[in-house]
Amino acid sequence: MRTPKTIIEKIWEKHIVHEEAEKPDLLYIDLHLVHEVTSPQAFEGLRMNKRTVRRPDLTFATMDHNVPTIHRNVIKDEVSKTQMETLKKNCEEFGVPLADIHHPDQGIVHVIGPELGLTQPGKTIVCGDSHTSTHGAFGALAFGIGTSEVEHVLATQTIWQQKPKTLNVKVNGKLGTGVTAKDLILAIIGKFGVKFGTGYVIEYTGEAIRDLTMEGRMTVCNMSIEAGARAGLISPDDTTIEFLRGKRHVPDGEAFDQLAEEWKSLATDEGAVYDEQVEIDAEEIEPQVTWGTNPGMCIPVSANVPVPEDAANENDQEEIKRALEYMGLQGGEAITSVPIEHVFIGSCTNSRLADLKLASEIVKGHKVHPNVRAIVVPGSHSVKTQAEELGIDVIFKEAGFEWRDAGCSMCLAMNDDIVPEGERCASTSNRNFEGRQGTGARTHLVSPEMAAAAAIKGHFTDVRQFGAVTSS
Amino acid sequence: MEPIRKHEGLVYPLNRANVDTDQIIPKQFLKRISRQGFGQFVFYNWRFDSKGELREDFSLNQPKYEDTTILVAGENFGCGSSREHAPWALQDYGFRVIIAPSYADIFYNNCTKNGILPVKLTEAEVQTLIKNAEADKYYLTVDLEEKKVYDNQGFEASFDLDAYKREMLLNGWDDISVTLNYADQIAEFEKARA
Repeated sequence: MRTPKTIIEKIWEKHIVHEEAEKPDLLYIDLHLVHEVTSPQAFEGLRMNKRTVRRPDLTFATMDHNVPTIHRNVIKDEVSKTQMETLKKNCEEFGVPLADIHHPDQGIVHVIGPELGLTQPGKTIVCGDSHTSTHGAFGALAFGIGTSEVEHVLATQTIWQQKPKTLNVKVNGKLGTGVTAKDLILAIIGKFGVKFGTGYVIEYTGEAIRDLTMEGRMTVCNMSIEAGARAGLISPDDTTIEFLRGKRHVPDGEAFDQLAEEWKSLATDEGAVYDEQVEIDAEEIEPQVTWGTNPGMCIPVSANVPVPEDAANENDQEEIKRALEYMGLQGGEAITSVPIEHVFIGSCTNSRLADLKLASEIVKGHKVHPNVRAIVVPGSHSVKTQAEELGIDVIFKEAGFEWRDAGCSMCLAMNDDIVPEGERCASTSNRNFEGRQGTGARTHLVSPEMAAAAAIKGHFTDVRQFGAVTSS
Repeated sequence: MEPIRKHEGLVYPLNRANVDTDQIIPKQFLKRISRQGFGQFVFYNWRFDSKGELREDFSLNQPKYEDTTILVAGENFGCGSSREHAPWALQDYGFRVIIAPSYADIFYNNCTKNGILPVKLTEAEVQTLIKNAEADKYYLTVDLEEKKVYDNQGFEASFDLDAYKREMLLNGWDDISVTLNYADQIAEFEKARA
């Protein structure tokens, strides 16, 4: 009988160009996504060595990190402007397709890949961005790389990779009402820590994962890197296939059905063995809020901020103390008592149509709290247009949210969307590191629904009680 | 890249775990299009206050660490963003070796592409080095050929690094030129799949 295999092993084996003992494998790359921040030095390297892009047809570029989300034609920051212009010139010179700032396909690279159907099960996908793990939601092996590797992939369409260990994160049971994919991944990182996935590729399995929409699966896989794993994926199933049907870069008709069968056969075999496995019960999970300066520092919305003295050892105590100080929080206070000044709904974690739709349902009929500035930044131009067709923009605008153009925006604040020093933001993004949203800015990661509710209340609140609380 | 075989240098201790690449180099400095000149921005938000003045309370600013070339830090060093600007900044500042109990995968890989040697020692060994370097000017020798770290006071530890990365670092080789030796195999692979 054939040995049962995980999807990770199946994809790996199909992409080995060269292997030998004591060396990493040379792996073929099916899709290389490129953006303006991590590519200029790679193209420059090609130019200096008189090299070309081996497969421009397997390469796709966009502008997302730097782009302004208002007044698209006025890029005030000269350095940002140069970086965008450099990408345009590089793409022209090397023949790489580009969705630039004015292109209808423009958007966050991890939103447009799936949207265009470039992301497909079984593909190896890389990008000079750690959140490339997002594409794993489709059963692709997708991971972030550095600029030297970007140059390597441009020149050779391959990458040297040590075969990763496999880790099964099994989520049993069902998520409760009001508990989202974002809460699930935050709870996983909160429970197992920010480095439990280092050296592994994660496969997420179990009932709660199967029940997720593709948008939810992307949110989960997106934050694999926050658990230390370069890649996280989910075996393809009917949900995957129905999402991809009709997308621009997938075939239609019989060719699609045939492809769909191939995709399904990639799913991890019954009885396949992982190097490691952890489990979590979905029923246990409440809406989450991060209180500290890494994504593992998160608590259920009903809990209090930790007290340093509760930590197991001196180093952990020191870490909690430093995080509390940076965040301007007192150990022991209820997270729901913490007032916020900013709300950001966006980023490659939570800026898809489904995210905006769910957040708008919370917002509908309410007003943003007078002390709060709230912005919604759709993940792509296409998400923005679709949301406008559904009137989602009107709901947000009537409530007092700003409705912006697509980009990474306040997730990393490389453009003008910055949280000022000492101010606090409820953010649907993926990192609450010091200074991430602006020097001295304080970030709390939450789901889109939790962010929407916080915008209205002016502090964190349990979205599950939101209706009842506001009607009283 | 510059080869690294044996390196002796002054140790800078950074006793923090989970140092992310946003701390190593904040995003406002990622807009440059060259690889050079990032050293001035390393640990920017820790080294400088909001007015751009040096913060005396941050240890790297102390004169005794001025000529440091070896960074010793807590676990999960370099987590977060894939930005290669982080190793570029560390290297441009003068660091040739990093020692930590563990690293984030992408950062670790990025170091080896830029002639920075990332050494993994045990938590206890790292804590010893940190204590020594906090107490006094402390020098270490890191020998990649022997895969050993030692001082002249009796500390000695071994580390491991995969054979391929070690060979690349020892020789200062550029990955792409190595891979292009396999161009025929890449072409065959493409043909077989077409």
